[in-house]
Amino acid sequence: MLSDKNRVFTNLYGFQDISLKGAQERGDWEHTGSLMAQGRDWIVDQVQKSGLRGRGGAGFPTGLKWTFMPRQVIPERPHYLVINADEGEPGTCKDRDIIRNEPHKLLEGALLAGFAMGAHVAYIYIRGEFYREAIVLQTAINEARSAGLLGEKACSTDWKFNVELHRGMGAYICGEETALINSIEGRKGQPRLKPPFPAGVGLFGCPTTVNNVESIAVIPTILRRGGEWFAGLGRPKNTGTKVFCISGHVNTPCNVEEEMGISLRELIERHAGGVRGGWENLLAVIPGGSSVPVLPKNICDHVLMDFDSLRDVQSGLGTAAVIVMDRSTDIVQAVARLSRFYKHESCGQCTPCREGTGWLWRMMERMVNGTAHMAEIDVMEQVTRQIEGHTICALGDAAAWPVQGLIRHFRAEIENRITARARAA
Amino acid sequence: MNESSETVPFFFTADNLKQAEDVIRRYPSGKQAAATMPLLDLAQRQAGWLPRTAMDYVANLLQIPSISVYEVATFYTMYRLHPIGRYHVKICTSISCFLCGSGKILQTCRDILCINFGETTIDKQFTIDEIECAGACVNAPIVQIGDDYFEDLDGVSMRKILESLKRGEQPKAGSQRGRQCSCPAGGPTTLKTED
Repeated sequence: MLSDKNRVFTNLYGFQDISLKGAQERGDWEHTGSLMAQGRDWIVDQVQKSGLRGRGGAGFPTGLKWTFMPRQVIPERPHYLVINADEGEPGTCKDRDIIRNEPHKLLEGALLAGFAMGAHVAYIYIRGEFYREAIVLQTAINEARSAGLLGEKACSTDWKFNVELHRGMGAYICGEETALINSIEGRKGQPRLKPPFPAGVGLFGCPTTVNNVESIAVIPTILRRGGEWFAGLGRPKNTGTKVFCISGHVNTPCNVEEEMGISLRELIERHAGGVRGGWENLLAVIPGGSSVPVLPKNICDHVLMDFDSLRDVQSGLGTAAVIVMDRSTDIVQAVARLSRFYKHESCGQCTPCREGTGWLWRMMERMVNGTAHMAEIDVMEQVTRQIEGHTICALGDAAAWPVQGLIRHFRAEIENRITARARAA
Repeated sequence: MNESSETVPFFFTADNLKQAEDVIRRYPSGKQAAATMPLLDLAQRQAGWLPRTAMDYVANLLQIPSISVYEVATFYTMYRLHPIGRYHVKICTSISCFLCGSGKILQTCRDILCINFGETTIDKQFTIDEIECAGACVNAPIVQIGDDYFEDLDGVSMRKILESLKRGEQPKAGSQRGRQCSCPAGGPTTLKTED
């Protein structure tokens, strides 16, 4: 278990003062200027040494992503840092806690990351439903500006740096980085074809890096304690700490910061009070938010919670949103609910996703009540393969994977329903 | 869009016009179209919904084509193209809330308000809608009413909230079981050494 001295988010639950004064007492904004004085390259190097992988779901190395930004800043093409706070992956509610209880970690991280990439402005794209959270964050921005931590001479350095909020208005797809960029520009949130990548042509046509809230909020602590400290936690290539969201059929659902690579069972039993009715009552777990395939109990018994361990069992860490389902769950209906979600959230731009998510949902509904034909299970699997990898963004993949996971691990359940229905007819 | 959408007059109040100018300044000069979303939100907060006249007003203010504003207003689900009730009750039925009993919450709302999704009570007080994941999953099931989240609900607490709104009171937002944010019920399992 992660020891308290290694936790980054010491006010995750908001028991302590969230204002600038309280944050400073916890060590935020301490000698930020001297961290910047060590230079852009030093910051990027420390982040690379830390092994930090993006906390938004894809797990791409954060430091490496930063190196994609052009070295030289051309005045006509300013650099932008965009922070993705459009948290909407079903099961995920970690960024909300960081924003409402640790806003200054995010702002200090924004300054350090922005400075490292030559950006003078960061836009934080926060989902529209988080209205109260946006107010907390705006208050924190105002505090930091008044204290000279942000603004013309941020933290008494020569670096001008401002943070602006942009509120979304209820579109899951805007969590995709290029859709998010379009949304800030005042367009429909539809993803852009890549290349060009945002580091070349991003927000307002300028070099842009989009990072998740949690990725940015851990940066100040990494720089203070050193990349090697962070790399010493977790497992090789899966380093550091992570905020896990444990929801569903557990006794005490919660968010908790733990070490990467903790076993799923320990995570649930130590922090979430265990599975309702005991571990043997477990049916399945979706380990990383709705977009990753479900895992049946026999895999949950021993799997570790990190990017590579979960990939090895054909699932993923995603946003580390652990959705627990006990044996009372109608697993087919649960996945059908996810299929409805993706149908609702498809932006409609690519045909395989726009049409395919509807097909999947309608077929899944027939699987739920057993009115499907037996052959349709394979047809459905085939439909997922025709969506996956054939769309501009990963929403199509995300719609396909839960259905694939269901067929892989719970095919018998679907078949039984179809058989039972046929027998009753 | 109905007829009143095209005829109801819309102008920002003096306060909102000033706010709008502050919003526009957040974006680089020449990129004022970026202010479309925040200005539509401001207009919606002023009027309660977004008549077409408000969209045209925003387009005019930003000096962009009206169609660009319509595109945005019709793409994002939080823009309301029709008038709704005073209290907009948005029930999350996504996976974690579904697993934790959003069905019961939905039933309670239907029983008390006698309306279905997308409908408004005759007295124009309540509208209920189903929403996708609201991002408060460890506090499931939840509903959002206006800007506030009501979390850790059950049928009884949901009923209490609606009844207190009916009486014109403002029920306390957040966890209805007294939890602190996303902390486990019964107290934290970490950071217990600090106060």
